[in-house]
Amino acid sequence: MMNLRQQRKLINRTALSLALLAMVFGLFWLFWILLTTLDLGFASLSLKLFTQMTPAPGSEGGLLNAIVGSLLLVSLGTLLGTPIGIMAGIYLAEYGQHSWLGSVTSFINDIMLSAPSIIIGLFVYAVYVAQVGHFSGYSGVIAIAMLVIPVVVSATSNMLKLVPDSLREAVFALGAPKWLVISKVTVRASLAGILTGVLLAVARVSGETAPLLFTALSNQFWTLDMNQPIANLPVTIFKFAMSPYKDWQEIAWGGVFLITIGVLSLNILARILFRQKHRS
Amino acid sequence: MAAEITPKRKGNIGDWVFFNLTRLFALVTLMMLGGIIVSLVYGAWPAIQRFGFGFIWSGEWNPPMERFGALIPIYGTLATSLVALVIAVPVSFGIAIFLTEMAPAWLKRPLGIAIELLAGIPSIVYGMWGLLVFAPVFSKYIQPMMADTLGKLPIIGELFSGAALGIGILSAGIVLAIMTIPFIASVMRDVFEVTPAMLKESAYGVGATTWEVVWNVVLPYTKVGVIGGIMLGLGRALGETMAVTFLIGNMNVFGGFSLFLPGNSIASALANEFAEAESPIYTASLIELGLILFFITFVVLSLSKLLLLQLTRQEGSKT
Repeated sequence: MMNLRQQRKLINRTALSLALLAMVFGLFWLFWILLTTLDLGFASLSLKLFTQMTPAPGSEGGLLNAIVGSLLLVSLGTLLGTPIGIMAGIYLAEYGQHSWLGSVTSFINDIMLSAPSIIIGLFVYAVYVAQVGHFSGYSGVIAIAMLVIPVVVSATSNMLKLVPDSLREAVFALGAPKWLVISKVTVRASLAGILTGVLLAVARVSGETAPLLFTALSNQFWTLDMNQPIANLPVTIFKFAMSPYKDWQEIAWGGVFLITIGVLSLNILARILFRQKHRS
Repeated sequence: MAAEITPKRKGNIGDWVFFNLTRLFALVTLMMLGGIIVSLVYGAWPAIQRFGFGFIWSGEWNPPMERFGALIPIYGTLATSLVALVIAVPVSFGIAIFLTEMAPAWLKRPLGIAIELLAGIPSIVYGMWGLLVFAPVFSKYIQPMMADTLGKLPIIGELFSGAALGIGILSAGIVLAIMTIPFIASVMRDVFEVTPAMLKESAYGVGATTWEVVWNVVLPYTKVGVIGGIMLGLGRALGETMAVTFLIGNMNVFGGFSLFLPGNSIASALANEFAEAESPIYTASLIELGLILFFITFVVLSLSKLLLLQLTRQEGSKT
């Protein structure tokens, strides 16, 4: 018969071992996924991947049109979404903290942050694609911008709320109007944080597949015409990985490799930027 | 801290313009939600009119006959998310305990970052890895083992019966769990850290073990936040598209409750069928599926947000 003390020690040891096991379990998947992606992706890396178009099944090719299409969609989407997000974020932090519009918007924004991205695709399809009658790069840009906005809104308003009031009061005391205080002082003080938010938003949208399925769709050929369906990495990977053709799957691994490396480096860059600013 | 000061002064035109501009964009952000609801209801209207409430509990999905019901995708969505939560919640709890109470200081940061990076990997990577790497291993080694052990148990045995295909509700749920662990674990870690050190130290001071501190002090103090974190993970899992689409098998026929069977989720039905739907009623039915998904995730995410807010509020009052 164990006494109480031994029993408590035993329970404690079991629980902590299980916690350790959980940590190992979590890291195990991270390493497995990263290693296969790096291994298989690296094997299929070649110059062709960056110089040739997506092929028909059974022939050789690369991802050039998809890479360029993705860069185009993500950069235009970010350019469209970022200013909207920053302005809305400024309202939430500097004007609307105690108004109904402010509290409702920040609540809804947090929900949009985690809302299923495929619904965004469905929305853009309904209001844009179905109206003009064809899939297009522009609709993909709108979908991506709608995913960028909530991330930038919450980063901006959270960062602005960290700026001490004494800083604002100091500038007000010099006689500056509020809009100058915000644009010249508080936004500048939190610029690193806002930029981190934008980088994280870019990282998030560059791998998003679901919202592009019914907007930008995909295109086997080279195009820069944003009014046409345009090739992009995620949808191409989806199509190629689901196919039974070995050479398509290999190209898909190459694409997954590029996306993973890109997203991870953006995440790490954002962290470094944020830390440097906050150490100084 | 209320970062909001406006000194009284005479009207400044710059102020007026800037204020209204930012307010306009806040309204735009808000209108996105309204726009989504209105456009989905509008798009789904033909299906809503034709099938009424029966849409939700009809298990038929027959495009050639133009008969549609949402039961199978709803079942698939809930079943995969449930499997994911059953795995992800205890694991995330363990990870959060490890990161807050056990890890030496030099390990805390890198491990925390590793978990957060796992959350950043795009879902298509999980999906492709799941289909081409995980599913073959799963069907060859793990599924037969499950069928021989769990499959022999009464009642729950039925869940682990049938052919080991590698793809299906169970494997989609497992990959979904791997994806949701980082979300839930990092929220749990953050809320655990909210617990005042004084409370924990008092418990340690009267001789409590680490586990007793976690179970009797940290968890009761943060339970609202923990539930909020779980709901956040659930919200993510319900709407996850790519990881599930690769692995669920996209079957629109109900074959039984075995988790080995392929099925379909709302998001993967949309991903697979939407661009190819020819008839207007088919498109409308898919949009109605989207509306149902949006409604479910909206409720789950709102609850999660309210719970997490409650924790922040109590943080101010109880310490």
